[in-house]
Amino acid sequence: MAMSVIWTVMVGAAVLCGLATGNGPAVARGALDGAAAGVELSLSTMGVMCLWTGVMEVMRRCGIAGGLSRLLRPVLRRLYPGYAGDRRVMDAVSANLSANLLGLGNAATPLGLEAARLMAEGSGGTASDGLCMLVVCNTASLQLIPTTVASVRAAAGSADPFDILPAVWLASVVSVAVGIAAAKLLSKVWR
Amino acid sequence: MDLFFTMLVPCLMLAVATAALFRRVDVWSGITDGARAGLKVSLNIMPPLIGLLTAVYMLRASGALELLRDALSPALTAIGIPPETVPLLLVRPVSGSAALGVGAELIQTYGPDSLVGRTAAVMLGSTETTFYTVAVYFGAAKIARTRYAVPAALCADAAGFLAASWAVRLIFGG
Repeated sequence: MAMSVIWTVMVGAAVLCGLATGNGPAVARGALDGAAAGVELSLSTMGVMCLWTGVMEVMRRCGIAGGLSRLLRPVLRRLYPGYAGDRRVMDAVSANLSANLLGLGNAATPLGLEAARLMAEGSGGTASDGLCMLVVCNTASLQLIPTTVASVRAAAGSADPFDILPAVWLASVVSVAVGIAAAKLLSKVWR
Repeated sequence: MDLFFTMLVPCLMLAVATAALFRRVDVWSGITDGARAGLKVSLNIMPPLIGLLTAVYMLRASGALELLRDALSPALTAIGIPPETVPLLLVRPVSGSAALGVGAELIQTYGPDSLVGRTAAVMLGSTETTFYTVAVYFGAAKIARTRYAVPAALCADAAGFLAASWAVRLIFGG
Protein backbone atom coordinates (compact mmCIF):
# COMPACT_ATOMS: atom_id res chain seq x y z
CA MET A 1 0.00 0.00 0.00
CA ALA A 2 2.87 2.35 0.77
CA MET A 3 3.92 2.47 -2.86
CA SER A 4 0.35 3.14 -4.00
CA VAL A 5 0.14 6.20 -1.78
CA ILE A 6 3.63 7.42 -2.73
CA TRP A 7 2.94 6.98 -6.43
CA THR A 8 -0.39 8.82 -6.25
CA VAL A 9 1.17 11.65 -4.24
CA MET A 10 4.05 11.96 -6.73
CA VAL A 11 1.74 12.05 -9.75
CA GLY A 12 -0.69 14.39 -7.98
CA ALA A 13 2.08 16.82 -6.98
CA ALA A 14 3.47 16.74 -10.53
CA VAL A 15 0.09 17.51 -12.15
CA LEU A 16 -0.87 20.27 -9.70
CA CYS A 17 2.58 21.90 -9.75
CA GLY A 18 2.81 21.56 -13.51
CA LEU A 19 -0.52 23.37 -13.92
CA ALA A 20 0.36 26.05 -11.36
CA THR A 21 3.82 26.81 -12.75
CA GLY A 22 2.99 26.47 -16.43
CA ASN A 23 5.04 23.30 -16.76
CA GLY A 24 1.99 21.23 -17.72
CA PRO A 25 3.27 20.22 -21.20
CA ALA A 26 6.64 19.22 -19.71
CA VAL A 27 4.84 17.01 -17.16
CA ALA A 28 2.89 15.31 -19.94
CA ARG A 29 6.09 14.68 -21.87
CA GLY A 30 7.76 13.48 -18.65
CA ALA A 31 5.14 10.76 -18.26
CA LEU A 32 5.93 9.34 -21.70
CA ASP A 33 9.71 9.70 -21.29
CA GLY A 34 9.60 8.11 -17.83
CA ALA A 35 7.69 5.06 -19.00
CA ALA A 36 10.18 4.56 -21.83
CA ALA A 37 13.08 5.06 -19.40
CA GLY A 38 11.69 2.29 -17.18
CA VAL A 39 11.86 -0.18 -20.06
CA GLU A 40 15.31 1.04 -21.11
CA LEU A 41 16.68 0.79 -17.57
CA SER A 42 15.47 -2.76 -17.00
CA LEU A 43 16.67 -3.88 -20.44
CA SER A 44 20.05 -2.22 -20.06
CA THR A 45 20.62 -3.87 -16.67
CA MET A 46 19.37 -7.27 -17.84
CA GLY A 47 22.78 -8.50 -18.99
CA VAL A 48 24.58 -7.60 -15.76
CA MET A 49 21.69 -9.02 -13.76
CA CYS A 50 21.97 -12.37 -15.55
CA LEU A 51 25.76 -12.37 -15.26
CA TRP A 52 25.58 -12.03 -11.47
CA THR A 53 22.78 -14.52 -10.91
CA GLY A 54 24.96 -16.87 -12.99
CA VAL A 55 28.08 -16.22 -10.89
CA MET A 56 25.95 -16.63 -7.74
CA GLU A 57 24.72 -20.02 -8.97
CA VAL A 58 28.32 -21.17 -9.48
CA MET A 59 29.26 -19.81 -6.02
CA ARG A 60 26.41 -21.80 -4.51
CA ARG A 61 27.25 -25.04 -6.32
CA CYS A 62 30.92 -24.96 -5.34
CA GLY A 63 30.36 -23.99 -1.71
CA ILE A 64 31.73 -20.42 -1.72
CA ALA A 65 28.26 -19.06 -0.95
CA GLY A 66 27.98 -21.41 2.03
CA GLY A 67 31.40 -20.29 3.30
CA LEU A 68 30.39 -16.63 3.09
CA SER A 69 27.17 -17.42 4.96
CA ARG A 70 29.04 -19.13 7.78
CA LEU A 71 31.38 -16.14 8.03
CA LEU A 72 28.54 -13.59 8.23
CA ARG A 73 26.18 -15.81 10.21
CA PRO A 74 26.71 -14.18 13.64
CA VAL A 75 25.49 -10.84 12.21
CA LEU A 76 22.82 -12.14 9.86
CA ARG A 77 21.25 -14.47 12.45
CA ARG A 78 20.36 -11.42 14.56
CA LEU A 79 19.15 -9.34 11.61
CA TYR A 80 17.05 -12.11 10.08
CA PRO A 81 15.97 -14.38 12.96
CA GLY A 82 13.04 -15.71 10.92
CA TYR A 83 15.35 -17.13 8.22
CA ALA A 84 18.34 -18.24 10.34
CA GLY A 85 17.55 -21.87 9.50
CA ASP A 86 16.98 -21.37 5.76
CA ARG A 87 20.26 -22.11 3.95
CA ARG A 88 19.20 -20.74 0.57
CA VAL A 89 18.00 -17.41 1.98
CA MET A 90 21.11 -17.06 4.16
CA ASP A 91 23.43 -17.79 1.20
CA ALA A 92 21.76 -15.13 -0.95
CA VAL A 93 21.62 -12.56 1.86
CA SER A 94 25.31 -12.99 2.69
CA ALA A 95 26.31 -12.72 -0.98
CA ASN A 96 24.17 -9.54 -1.20
CA LEU A 97 25.86 -8.07 1.89
CA SER A 98 29.36 -8.94 0.62
CA ALA A 99 28.67 -7.34 -2.77
CA ASN A 100 27.31 -4.22 -1.02
CA LEU A 101 30.41 -3.89 1.15
CA LEU A 102 32.67 -4.23 -1.90
CA GLY A 103 30.66 -1.55 -3.68
CA LEU A 104 29.51 -3.92 -6.45
CA GLY A 105 26.04 -2.40 -6.71
CA ASN A 106 25.41 -4.20 -10.01
CA ALA A 107 26.02 -7.53 -8.29
CA ALA A 108 24.30 -6.67 -5.01
CA THR A 109 20.90 -6.00 -6.60
CA PRO A 110 20.39 -9.37 -8.37
CA LEU A 111 21.68 -11.23 -5.30
CA GLY A 112 19.39 -9.24 -3.01
CA LEU A 113 16.42 -9.77 -5.35
CA GLU A 114 17.05 -13.52 -5.20
CA ALA A 115 16.98 -13.35 -1.39
CA ALA A 116 13.78 -11.29 -1.57
CA ARG A 117 12.12 -13.81 -3.89
CA LEU A 118 13.05 -16.73 -1.60
CA MET A 119 11.85 -14.85 1.50
CA ALA A 120 8.51 -14.09 -0.15
CA GLU A 121 7.75 -17.73 -1.06
CA GLY A 122 4.37 -18.64 0.42
CA SER A 123 3.96 -15.29 2.15
CA GLY A 124 0.70 -14.43 0.38
CA GLY A 125 1.78 -10.95 -0.74
CA THR A 126 2.66 -9.61 2.72
CA ALA A 127 6.24 -8.64 3.51
CA SER A 128 7.81 -10.63 6.36
CA ASP A 129 10.01 -8.94 8.97
CA GLY A 130 13.06 -10.43 7.26
CA LEU A 131 12.08 -9.02 3.87
CA CYS A 132 11.46 -5.56 5.36
CA MET A 133 14.90 -5.71 7.01
CA LEU A 134 16.50 -6.77 3.71
CA VAL A 135 14.93 -3.82 1.91
CA VAL A 136 15.90 -1.36 4.66
CA CYS A 137 19.49 -2.63 4.65
CA ASN A 138 19.65 -2.25 0.86
CA THR A 139 18.19 1.27 0.90
CA ALA A 140 21.03 2.28 3.22
CA SER A 141 24.47 2.36 1.65
CA LEU A 142 26.94 -0.19 3.04
CA GLN A 143 29.67 0.53 0.52
CA LEU A 144 33.12 0.75 2.15
CA ILE A 145 34.79 2.70 -0.69
CA PRO A 146 32.46 5.09 -2.56
CA THR A 147 34.36 4.94 -5.85
CA THR A 148 31.84 6.83 -8.04
CA VAL A 149 31.74 9.85 -5.75
CA ALA A 150 35.53 9.80 -5.35
CA SER A 151 35.93 9.89 -9.13
CA VAL A 152 33.55 12.87 -9.38
CA ARG A 153 35.63 14.68 -6.74
CA ALA A 154 38.85 13.76 -8.54
CA ALA A 155 37.45 15.11 -11.81
CA ALA A 156 36.60 18.39 -10.06
CA GLY A 157 40.21 18.74 -8.93
CA SER A 158 40.03 17.62 -5.30
CA ALA A 159 43.35 17.61 -3.42
CA ASP A 160 42.51 14.19 -1.95
CA PRO A 161 39.37 12.56 -3.40
CA PHE A 162 39.29 9.89 -0.66
CA ASP A 163 39.61 12.25 2.32
CA ILE A 164 35.83 11.97 2.82
CA LEU A 165 36.04 8.26 3.72
CA PRO A 166 35.81 8.65 7.54
CA ALA A 167 32.82 10.98 7.12
CA VAL A 168 31.15 8.56 4.69
CA TRP A 169 31.66 5.64 7.07
CA LEU A 170 30.32 7.61 10.02
CA ALA A 171 27.23 8.73 8.06
CA SER A 172 26.68 5.20 6.66
CA VAL A 173 26.90 3.58 10.10
CA VAL A 174 24.45 6.11 11.58
CA SER A 175 22.07 5.65 8.64
CA VAL A 176 22.17 1.83 8.75
CA ALA A 177 21.88 1.74 12.54
CA VAL A 178 18.83 4.05 12.51
CA GLY A 179 17.25 2.01 9.69
CA ILE A 180 17.75 -1.29 11.53
CA ALA A 181 16.53 0.17 14.83
CA ALA A 182 13.44 1.65 13.12
CA ALA A 183 12.70 -1.67 11.40
CA LYS A 184 13.10 -3.67 14.63
CA LEU A 185 10.90 -1.25 16.57
CA LEU A 186 8.20 -1.01 13.90
CA SER A 187 8.13 -4.80 13.44
CA LYS A 188 6.68 -5.10 16.95
CA VAL A 189 3.78 -2.72 16.35
CA TRP A 190 3.12 -2.88 12.55
CA ARG A 191 1.63 -6.28 11.77
CA MET B 1 43.82 2.44 -6.75
CA ASP B 2 41.66 3.02 -9.83
CA LEU B 3 42.96 -0.08 -11.58
CA PHE B 4 42.25 -2.11 -8.45
CA PHE B 5 38.55 -1.16 -8.50
CA THR B 6 38.28 -1.61 -12.25
CA MET B 7 39.73 -5.11 -12.07
CA LEU B 8 37.76 -6.17 -8.97
CA VAL B 9 34.82 -7.59 -10.93
CA PRO B 10 36.76 -9.55 -13.59
CA CYS B 11 39.11 -10.94 -10.92
CA LEU B 12 36.17 -12.02 -8.73
CA MET B 13 34.65 -13.83 -11.71
CA LEU B 14 37.94 -15.58 -12.42
CA ALA B 15 38.40 -16.55 -8.77
CA VAL B 16 34.91 -18.04 -8.53
CA ALA B 17 35.29 -19.98 -11.79
CA THR B 18 38.72 -21.34 -10.83
CA ALA B 19 37.59 -22.39 -7.35
CA ALA B 20 34.54 -24.10 -8.86
CA LEU B 21 36.61 -25.99 -11.46
CA PHE B 22 38.94 -27.30 -8.76
CA ARG B 23 35.92 -28.63 -6.91
CA ARG B 24 34.71 -30.30 -10.11
CA VAL B 25 31.65 -28.07 -10.40
CA ASP B 26 30.19 -27.52 -13.88
CA VAL B 27 30.91 -23.78 -14.20
CA TRP B 28 29.22 -23.36 -17.57
CA SER B 29 25.85 -24.84 -16.63
CA GLY B 30 25.95 -22.86 -13.38
CA ILE B 31 26.44 -19.61 -15.30
CA THR B 32 23.70 -20.39 -17.81
CA ASP B 33 21.18 -21.76 -15.28
CA GLY B 34 21.76 -18.73 -13.08
CA ALA B 35 21.41 -16.35 -16.02
CA ARG B 36 18.10 -17.99 -16.95
CA ALA B 37 16.81 -17.20 -13.44
CA GLY B 38 18.16 -13.66 -13.76
CA LEU B 39 16.16 -13.16 -16.95
CA LYS B 40 12.97 -13.81 -15.04
CA VAL B 41 14.02 -11.35 -12.30
CA SER B 42 14.69 -8.66 -14.94
CA LEU B 43 11.22 -9.10 -16.37
CA ASN B 44 9.66 -8.98 -12.90
CA ILE B 45 11.26 -5.63 -12.07
CA MET B 46 10.31 -4.01 -15.37
CA PRO B 47 6.67 -3.17 -14.45
CA PRO B 48 7.56 -1.47 -11.13
CA LEU B 49 10.36 0.45 -12.85
CA ILE B 50 8.02 1.74 -15.56
CA GLY B 51 5.59 2.93 -12.89
CA LEU B 52 8.24 4.53 -10.71
CA LEU B 53 10.17 6.31 -13.47
CA THR B 54 6.96 7.69 -15.01
CA ALA B 55 6.12 9.39 -11.71
CA VAL B 56 9.72 10.52 -11.15
CA TYR B 57 10.02 12.10 -14.60
CA MET B 58 6.66 13.86 -14.20
CA LEU B 59 7.68 15.18 -10.80
CA ARG B 60 11.03 16.44 -12.05
CA ALA B 61 9.42 18.21 -15.02
CA SER B 62 6.73 19.87 -12.89
CA GLY B 63 9.00 22.07 -10.79
CA ALA B 64 7.56 20.58 -7.60
CA LEU B 65 11.03 19.72 -6.29
CA GLU B 66 12.09 23.37 -6.51
CA LEU B 67 8.99 24.47 -4.58
CA LEU B 68 9.65 21.83 -1.95
CA ARG B 69 13.28 22.92 -1.73
CA ASP B 70 12.30 26.53 -1.02
CA ALA B 71 9.77 25.41 1.58
CA LEU B 72 12.17 23.09 3.39
CA SER B 73 15.38 25.14 3.32
CA PRO B 74 14.87 27.17 6.54
CA ALA B 75 14.04 24.13 8.66
CA LEU B 76 16.95 22.08 7.27
CA THR B 77 19.42 24.94 7.74
CA ALA B 78 18.34 25.15 11.37
CA ILE B 79 19.35 21.53 12.05
CA GLY B 80 22.73 21.90 10.33
CA ILE B 81 22.11 20.73 6.75
CA PRO B 82 23.64 23.19 4.23
CA PRO B 83 20.72 24.70 2.25
CA GLU B 84 22.64 24.28 -1.03
CA THR B 85 22.37 20.48 -0.65
CA VAL B 86 18.56 20.47 -0.36
CA PRO B 87 17.97 19.64 -4.07
CA LEU B 88 20.31 16.66 -3.69
CA LEU B 89 18.51 15.42 -0.61
CA LEU B 90 15.16 15.62 -2.42
CA VAL B 91 16.15 13.67 -5.55
CA ARG B 92 18.39 11.15 -3.75
CA PRO B 93 15.59 8.73 -2.74
CA VAL B 94 13.90 8.82 -6.18
CA SER B 95 16.60 8.81 -8.83
CA GLY B 96 20.20 7.63 -8.59
CA SER B 97 21.37 9.21 -11.87
CA ALA B 98 19.64 12.53 -11.14
CA ALA B 99 21.19 12.58 -7.66
CA LEU B 100 24.65 11.95 -9.09
CA GLY B 101 24.05 14.78 -11.58
CA VAL B 102 22.89 17.22 -8.89
CA GLY B 103 25.74 16.15 -6.59
CA ALA B 104 28.39 16.47 -9.29
CA GLU B 105 27.12 19.96 -10.09
CA LEU B 106 27.33 21.01 -6.42
CA ILE B 107 30.86 19.60 -6.23
CA GLN B 108 31.85 21.49 -9.39
CA THR B 109 30.19 24.76 -8.40
CA TYR B 110 31.33 24.99 -4.78
CA GLY B 111 34.60 23.08 -5.18
CA PRO B 112 35.27 19.45 -4.14
CA ASP B 113 37.08 20.51 -0.96
CA SER B 114 34.45 23.03 0.22
CA LEU B 115 31.91 22.37 2.97
CA VAL B 116 29.04 22.09 0.47
CA GLY B 117 31.08 19.97 -1.97
CA ARG B 118 32.19 17.56 0.75
CA THR B 119 28.72 17.33 2.29
CA ALA B 120 27.23 16.53 -1.12
CA ALA B 121 29.86 13.84 -1.70
CA VAL B 122 29.30 12.26 1.71
CA MET B 123 25.52 12.32 1.22
CA LEU B 124 25.92 10.54 -2.13
CA GLY B 125 28.34 8.01 -0.64
CA SER B 126 26.30 7.13 2.42
CA THR B 127 22.76 6.78 1.02
CA GLU B 128 20.97 4.82 -1.70
CA THR B 129 18.08 5.35 -4.13
CA THR B 130 15.43 4.29 -1.62
CA PHE B 131 12.26 4.28 -3.75
CA TYR B 132 14.04 2.46 -6.58
CA THR B 133 15.19 -0.23 -4.15
CA VAL B 134 11.75 -0.55 -2.56
CA ALA B 135 9.97 -0.76 -5.93
CA VAL B 136 12.42 -3.27 -7.38
CA TYR B 137 12.69 -5.56 -4.34
CA PHE B 138 8.97 -5.79 -3.65
CA GLY B 139 8.27 -6.03 -7.38
CA ALA B 140 10.63 -8.98 -7.78
CA ALA B 141 9.15 -10.66 -4.68
CA LYS B 142 5.56 -9.86 -5.82
CA ILE B 143 4.73 -8.27 -2.47
CA ALA B 144 1.78 -5.86 -2.22
CA ARG B 145 1.70 -5.21 1.54
CA THR B 146 5.08 -3.67 2.33
CA ARG B 147 4.21 -2.87 6.00
CA TYR B 148 6.81 -0.65 7.66
CA ALA B 149 9.60 -1.02 5.06
CA VAL B 150 9.18 2.47 3.50
CA PRO B 151 8.95 4.48 6.75
CA ALA B 152 11.94 2.61 8.22
CA ALA B 153 13.97 3.17 5.04
CA LEU B 154 13.12 6.88 5.03
CA CYS B 155 14.22 7.13 8.69
CA ALA B 156 17.57 5.69 7.59
CA ASP B 157 17.82 8.26 4.76
CA ALA B 158 17.00 11.20 7.02
CA ALA B 159 19.55 10.00 9.56
CA GLY B 160 22.12 9.58 6.78
CA PHE B 161 21.65 13.15 5.46
CA LEU B 162 21.87 14.64 8.93
CA ALA B 163 24.86 12.51 9.88
CA ALA B 164 26.61 13.44 6.60
CA SER B 165 26.21 17.17 7.33
CA TRP B 166 27.37 16.79 10.91
CA ALA B 167 30.25 14.44 10.10
CA VAL B 168 31.69 16.86 7.52
CA ARG B 169 31.49 19.77 9.99
CA LEU B 170 32.99 17.62 12.73
CA ILE B 171 35.92 16.26 10.67
CA PHE B 172 36.72 19.22 8.42
CA GLY B 173 35.42 22.08 10.57
CA GLY B 174 33.28 24.96 9.31
